[in-house]
Amino acid sequence: MFNNKYSFLSIARNALSHHENWQKTWNSPEPKKSYDAIIVGGGGHGLTTAYYLAKNHGINNIAVIEKGWIGGGNTGRNTTIIRSNYLWDQSAALYEHALKLWEGMSQELNYNVMFSQRGVINVAHNLHDVRELKRRWHANRLNDIDCEWLDTKKVKEFCPIINTSPNIRYPVLGATLQRRAGTARHDAVAWGYARGADEMGVDIIQNCEVTGINIKNGNVTGIETTKGTINSNKIGVAAAGHTSVIANMAGIKLPLESKPLQALVSEPVKPIIDTVVMSNTIHAYVSQSDKGELVIGAGTDSYTSYTQRGGFNIVEDTLMAIIEMFPIFSRMKMLRHWGGIVDISPDASPIISKTHVNGLYFNCGWGTGGFKATPGSGWVFAHTIANDQAHELNAPFTINRFSSGELVDEHGAAAVAH
Amino acid sequence: MFLINCPYCGERDQAEFSCGGEAHIARPKNPPELSDDQWAEYLFLRKNEKGIHFERWNHEYGCRQWFNLARNTATDEILSVYKMGEAPPKLKANIPATPSGEPSIGSGNLSTSKKDRF
Amino acid sequence: MRYKNNKNLENNKPIRFYFDNKEYFGFEGDTLASALLANDVHLVGRSFKYHRPRGIYTAGSEEPNGIIQLETKEYTEPNRRVTEVQIYEGLKAFSQNNWPSVKFDAGAINDLLSPFFPAGFYYKTFMWPPKFWKAYEFFIRHAAGLGKSPKKDDPHKYEHFHYHCDVLVVGAGVSGLISAEIAANKNCKVLLIEQEEDLGGEILSTKNQDIKIDNLPINEWKNKIVDKLSKNSNVKIAKNTTCFAYLNYNLLLAVQEIDPEKGLNKKNDIRERIWKIRSKKVILATGAIERPIIFNNNDRPGIMLSNSAKKYLNKYGVAPGKNLVFFTNNDSAYETAIDYFEQGIKVEAIVDTRDNSDGYFPKKANELGITIIKGHEVSDTVGRLKIREVKLKKITTKNNNEKSSINIKCDLLAIAGGWTPTVHLLTQSKGKLKFRDVDGSFIPSEVYQDTLCVGSCNGDYNLNEILFKTQKDTSTYLKDNQQNEIGKVNYKSDNLKKGNHENVWITSKNNISRTKMFVDFQNDVTAKDIKLALKEGFQSIEHVKRYTTTGMATDQGKTSNVNALGIISELTNTEISELGTTTFRLPYKPVTFGAIAGRHVKEFFDLERTSPMHQWHIHNKALFEDVGQWKRAWYYPQRNESFQSALNREVKATRDSLGILDASTLGKIDIKGRDVSEFLNRVYTNSWSKLEIGKCRYGVMLGDDGMVIDDGVTTRLDEYHYLMSTTTGNAASVMSKLEDWLQTEWPELEVYLTSVTENYGTISLNGPNSKKLMQKLVPDFDFSKENFPHMSFKNINIDGIKCRIMRISFTGEMCYEINVPSGYAKNLWELCIDKGKEFNITPYGTEAMHVLRAEKGFIIVGQETDGSVTPIDLDMDWIVSKKKYDFIGKRALYRSDTIKKDRKQLVGLKTKDPNKVLEEGSQLVEEITALPMKMVGHVTSSYYSPNLKSSFALALIKGGLEKKGSVLIAPMENENIEVEITSPIFIDPENKRVNQ
Repeated sequence: MFNNKYSFLSIARNALSHHENWQKTWNSPEPKKSYDAIIVGGGGHGLTTAYYLAKNHGINNIAVIEKGWIGGGNTGRNTTIIRSNYLWDQSAALYEHALKLWEGMSQELNYNVMFSQRGVINVAHNLHDVRELKRRWHANRLNDIDCEWLDTKKVKEFCPIINTSPNIRYPVLGATLQRRAGTARHDAVAWGYARGADEMGVDIIQNCEVTGINIKNGNVTGIETTKGTINSNKIGVAAAGHTSVIANMAGIKLPLESKPLQALVSEPVKPIIDTVVMSNTIHAYVSQSDKGELVIGAGTDSYTSYTQRGGFNIVEDTLMAIIEMFPIFSRMKMLRHWGGIVDISPDASPIISKTHVNGLYFNCGWGTGGFKATPGSGWVFAHTIANDQAHELNAPFTINRFSSGELVDEHGAAAVAH
Repeated sequence: MFLINCPYCGERDQAEFSCGGEAHIARPKNPPELSDDQWAEYLFLRKNEKGIHFERWNHEYGCRQWFNLARNTATDEILSVYKMGEAPPKLKANIPATPSGEPSIGSGNLSTSKKDRF
Repeated sequence: MRYKNNKNLENNKPIRFYFDNKEYFGFEGDTLASALLANDVHLVGRSFKYHRPRGIYTAGSEEPNGIIQLETKEYTEPNRRVTEVQIYEGLKAFSQNNWPSVKFDAGAINDLLSPFFPAGFYYKTFMWPPKFWKAYEFFIRHAAGLGKSPKKDDPHKYEHFHYHCDVLVVGAGVSGLISAEIAANKNCKVLLIEQEEDLGGEILSTKNQDIKIDNLPINEWKNKIVDKLSKNSNVKIAKNTTCFAYLNYNLLLAVQEIDPEKGLNKKNDIRERIWKIRSKKVILATGAIERPIIFNNNDRPGIMLSNSAKKYLNKYGVAPGKNLVFFTNNDSAYETAIDYFEQGIKVEAIVDTRDNSDGYFPKKANELGITIIKGHEVSDTVGRLKIREVKLKKITTKNNNEKSSINIKCDLLAIAGGWTPTVHLLTQSKGKLKFRDVDGSFIPSEVYQDTLCVGSCNGDYNLNEILFKTQKDTSTYLKDNQQNEIGKVNYKSDNLKKGNHENVWITSKNNISRTKMFVDFQNDVTAKDIKLALKEGFQSIEHVKRYTTTGMATDQGKTSNVNALGIISELTNTEISELGTTTFRLPYKPVTFGAIAGRHVKEFFDLERTSPMHQWHIHNKALFEDVGQWKRAWYYPQRNESFQSALNREVKATRDSLGILDASTLGKIDIKGRDVSEFLNRVYTNSWSKLEIGKCRYGVMLGDDGMVIDDGVTTRLDEYHYLMSTTTGNAASVMSKLEDWLQTEWPELEVYLTSVTENYGTISLNGPNSKKLMQKLVPDFDFSKENFPHMSFKNINIDGIKCRIMRISFTGEMCYEINVPSGYAKNLWELCIDKGKEFNITPYGTEAMHVLRAEKGFIIVGQETDGSVTPIDLDMDWIVSKKKYDFIGKRALYRSDTIKKDRKQLVGLKTKDPNKVLEEGSQLVEEITALPMKMVGHVTSSYYSPNLKSSFALALIKGGLEKKGSVLIAPMENENIEVEITSPIFIDPENKRVNQ
C-alpha cells in the first residue's frame, strides 16, 4: 500500500544519499471547501477514525481538523499503558478489540509503534482489592481475555523489584496479570496513522481551529474554522480536553468534567523494570520506556481546569506511592513533568454516540484511559459515522445510557483510586 | 496550589479544601414528575465551562463549610468567593479569544508554522 | 592544570576521590569537574547513541556530557553532573554507558554505523518479522538509558520546609544581591536562594581588574554586600538551593542539597530539603547560560563553552588546556582569552565570525598582541579522544585579507555563541517571552504573576546597565505607598563598550547532511536530524523535538534548544519569533523522587487508625485486616491453629454461646435538631417519622442515581437526638455527603451533625448467652425482652461508666452493642472477657463477622454492592418507601434500565459438593460453552459454615430473584463447580434467635 515503504533496506538505501530524500510522513494541505466527512481532533482517536473510514468504509474524501499539531493533546501526554482487562462485558469487548488491533498495528501501518507486550499487573493490597481483582480475573478469563492471578510470591517472581515485604503499610496480597498488555510509543501512533490516512487520500489539516458548528433544521452542514468555512453532513468530534467546548457550539451539553491529569518521567537508566505495574490502593502506575525513562502517572486533580496544570500535591502523592512499592527508586530523579486535560464521565466509560443533531457524532469521555483504546475507538467511531449507527461494540456507550441508567461503571478497572 | 479565601477562615492553601463540582445545580423539588432525560440532566450533564466557572468548594480540613467560588478554568485564576446560597456575582474575566484559548505564538498545542516549508 | 590563585588552595587540604576506580586528588571547593580537569582528565563519558567520546562542556547545571554514576550500592545515584557534584573525601564516581571502558568502548561501532541510525530510524524498521520485536526490543532497551538505577533502599531521608516571605530573590549574582539588599532595606522579609555553594554567581568567575563596581574590583564589592546581607536579620540565605518550579499563586519550590561537601554522612541522614515558598513578591535573578556555535565534529573532549573555561580558571584555579583557541560571534570570549593570556597560558587565536568589533575587550586583546582571526568559522576538528587541531574556513560572504583555510593545533577549543537568558521559571509561571533579534535572545516580555526579572535573565548583559536597571526596577517593584527613598542604593560601574553580536547558530549550513554537527549532545541529535525531521513534514517545534529528541535529555536542552530553533529558522526561512518555543515545565533541573515524597515514606506512608482495644488484640495474637486506614482484628489464631480452624471456632462459638467483636471502627454520627426525623426521611429509603424514642432502625442510603452507597442502624436516643451508624469504610464520605445536603440544599432544616466515631468504642456481644453476660455485668437491670427488646436502646451504667447499649444484631444472634467513651473501652472489653469466661466468650474478628452475617443474608456495602446495585436488586423492596413523595435516590429507581426484571439480584448459592468453597469473585454461567461464555452473575461472598457444615455463598445473578432452585456453573481454571440458587438466608429465616 505504501509508496514510501519503511524498512531496514529503505534506511540503508537512504543512507547513501545522506538521508536527504525521505518523503513527507504526511502532507499538511489547506482545507477544501467541503468533504464527505470531517473529523474534529487530530489526536490518536481522530486519526484512527479517519484511517478506518478510508480503509473499512471506502470513505476517503475526509479531513482531520487539528487546532495545533497532530498528537499534541492527550495522545502525546499519556503514560502509554495498553490493556483490555476491564470488568463488564461491554467494556472488555471494546478494549479487547483495540488490543487485537494493537497486535498487528506496526505491520498494518508500516510504522513501528513499538508495541511492547510486556504484561501489566494490577496489584491488590487488602482483602477488598483481592475480591475486586479476582472478580475481574474470572470475568476476563470467561470473556477469552488473557488474565492470570498471581499470589505474592509469584508477583515477586514476575517483578523482582516490587516491595512484597509483609511489613509495609499495605502489603502486596496478589495481583492480576495480563501478559498481552503493555506499552507503545505514543507519538508513533499518531504519526503512523496520519501517514496511513494521508496515503489513502485523507487531508490532515493542522493549525486549524474549529470556532463554530453550522446546523440547519436539525442537520449539521459544516464547521467554521480559523481557515474558513468547511462544509460536510458528517462531523465526528474526537477532541478530548475540549469536547464540551465544541459540544457547546452545537448547543449540546455532555456529562463530562474536564480535569488535569499529570504524569512524569525519570532520567533514563538501563533496564530495571520489565513490566507495567499498577496499583489502585497505593495510587500510582509505572513502566519503563524503551529510552530508559520510568514513566509514572496516577489520578486526576479533583477540579475542572483547562490549563494542563495541576497541583503539586498529586506529584507528591504519586511519588510517595511509587517509593512505597519500589523503595529502590527513591534516589531516581524526575526529569520531566507535564499535564493534559481529560474528560471524566460519570461511569469512567467512554461516550461514542450520535447526538440529537443529525450527522453530528461525539467520541469522548475516555477520562484517564483513552490511549489503550485508540485503534478500537477509531474503528467503531468510523463505523458509527459511516453507517449513522453505532457498531455493536459501541452500542452500550451511547449517550442514552445516562437517562436509562444503564451505566457501565469501570472505576475499578480504570484504575481510578477511590 | 491555589490560595483560597474561605469566607469563614480566611486565605488557606488548596490542600485544606475539596472541590464539589459545578455550583447552582439545585436539586429539583419535583423528581417524580421529571422524565428520565430530565433526571439525567440533573445528575450528570454539566456546563464544564472553559472560562468563568461557578463551582462549590468545601473547607474539608478546616471549618467544613461549603461555599461557592468563581474561577476562570482557562487560567485557574479565582475571581470571586461567595457564600452558599448567595447568587453568583456578575464577572468579567480574560476569557480565551478563540475556543481553545491557545496563545497565537509558541507553547501549548498550537503549531506555529504558517505554511508549508519543504 | 592547577593554578595558585584558587582561593581554596589557601586551605591546602587535598581531598582524595576516585573516578573509574583510579585515585585522584582535588581540593575543598572543587566540583568533580574542576578536580578532574585539574588532573587533566577530559574524557568522562560516551554519548547515548553513537558512543562518541565526550568531555566536560560547561561548568554548571547545563552540563550535557559529564554525567556519571555516583557512589555504589545503596548510595548510588545515576546521571549526576560532574559540574554539580562537590567533592568530598573518598568520593567514587564512574563513567556511564560504555564497555569495557570509557577509553575503549565497544559501543563506538555505532558511530561507524551512524548512517543507519538517523533520527527516528526505529520507527522505520524492527517490524519484520513481527515475532522478533521482543528480541529487537531487548537490544534497544539495553542500548538505551545512561546510568543504572539503584537496587537497594535509600539510606537517606528528605524533608519538606514551608516558608512564607515578602520577597523571594532567586539567584545571588550581581542583580540578585542588589535586589535583596534593596528589599532588606525596606524591612521586607527576604529569602535569597542560590544554586551554588557560594553567593556571587558570575562574579566568582571574574578576575579582570577593569570590571569594577563603585571603583572596587567586583569580587571585593561582592564580599562587602554579602557581608551586609548576612548580618541583616530580615534576610534568610539558602545556598545549594535550586528553585525548580514556579507554580500558581506565587508558590515556588526549591531543592536544597544539605552539606554536599560532607559527603555521605548527613546530619539526621537528611540529604535534601524541599522548600515550599509562598512569597508576596518574586524577583528572578537567574542569569543567562552561554550557548555554542555548531560546527562539524563539535563534540570532542577538549571543546567547551568559553564562559565555562573562564569559570574554571578564575573560580577554581584550573586551566583545562595549555594551548587555547577561542571561537566566537560576540565579545564574550575576549575577556576570557585575556584572563588566560594574563595567566601565562598560550592563546593560539581568537576566531571571530565578525569582520570587526569595536568593543572594549577586543580592543584590549588586540593591544596585548593576541592573534585574532576575523571573518572565519570553525569547519572541523581533529582528535578522537581529545581535540588536537581545529580547522578554520573563511566565511565566504566576508571580505577580508585572511587566508581561506587555516589549521591550528590546540588542546582546548572554547566557544562563545551568545547568551540565553534563564527564563524557565518565568514561563512556568505563565510569563511571556519575546525574541530579540539583535543578539538572538528570548527575553521576558510580560510577567503573569507578581514577578520581576532582573539582570541577565532579563536580557541585560552589560554591567552598568544591569546596575542601573536592577536598582530602578527593584525599587519601583517594591515601592510602598509613601513612595519614599528607603532602601535605595546607587551602585555604579563604567560602561565597557560591547561590540555587536552576530547571529551565527551553525557553520557549514549548506553541508548539513554530510557532516556531524551536534545540537543536543546527550541524545546525539545532529543538525542533519533536524533537517531530516523538517523534510519528513514535522513542522511544529514540538514535532521536531519529539521526532529528533532534541532537548529531551537530562540537561533539558539548556545549551541546545535555542540553537535548534536557530537551525530550524535558517532551514525554513522563518523568523525565530514566529517559531516560538516549547512550553517550559517544572522541574528546572531533575529532582530526586525521594525529595518530593519527603518524610511520607515507610512508616509514615499512611497513618494507621486503631481502635481503643488494639493493644489487647495484639496481645491476644490477632492478625489484622486493612479496612481503609483502619487496622481491624481479622482473626485470633490460638495455639498455631490454621486460618480455617480459627475461623470455624470463632463462628461456632458465637452461635453456640457467646462471641465478642470490636465494632469501634464503624462510623458514628451524632445528630441533633428539631428536623432530624424529616432529614432521615430524605436521606434513607424508608420512613423515620414514627421511630419512637429508644428504638433502632436499619436504613439504606442511596445516591441520587438510585444505587446503594451505605447502610447502618440509626437509634433515636431522645426526642431530638439520634445516633447514626455507617459502614467503617464510608464513614467520612457519608458524613461529608450529609453535611453537603444540609448546607447546600436544606438550610431550612435544623439539624446538627457531629462525627463521634472516635469518641466511642463499640463492644458487640453476640450469642445465646449474651444476655446472661449482660445480666452479670449489670445485675440489677431488667434484660427481659419485654423491657429491652431487639432493635431498642438503653442508657445503662456498667462498672460506673455511662454506656449506651443498642440491641442491633449483625449476626442474627441476640446481641448487645455497647457504646462506651473511648477512654474506658479497653477496660470494659477486658471486664467482658473476664466475666464472660464461664460462657466461653470468644473474641472474633472481621472474617468470622463476615461469615456470621452472610449466614443470615445480611449484605456488606462494597461487597454485595459495587455502585451499580439498587435496594430492589438486593431483594430489599420492603425498605423502599412507597409512601414518601421523594427521598435521595427515589427517582432514579424508576428509570427504564433500573426497573428491568433481569438485573443482577441478590441470591444465595449452595455448591453441589458441600465441602467446595466457591472463590469470591467467581463468575457464573448457565452452561459451559466455548469462550467467550455468557456470564449471568458473580459470587460476592463465600465461606465455609461450621454451623451449616457446608459451604455457602451470596451472589448477584441476573433475574436471580425468580430463579431459586436453578442450577448454575462456576467455571474455574481447573474445574467447573455446580451450584444451586437458594435464598440468601441460610440460618433462622424466621429470625427467632435474635429476640429471646
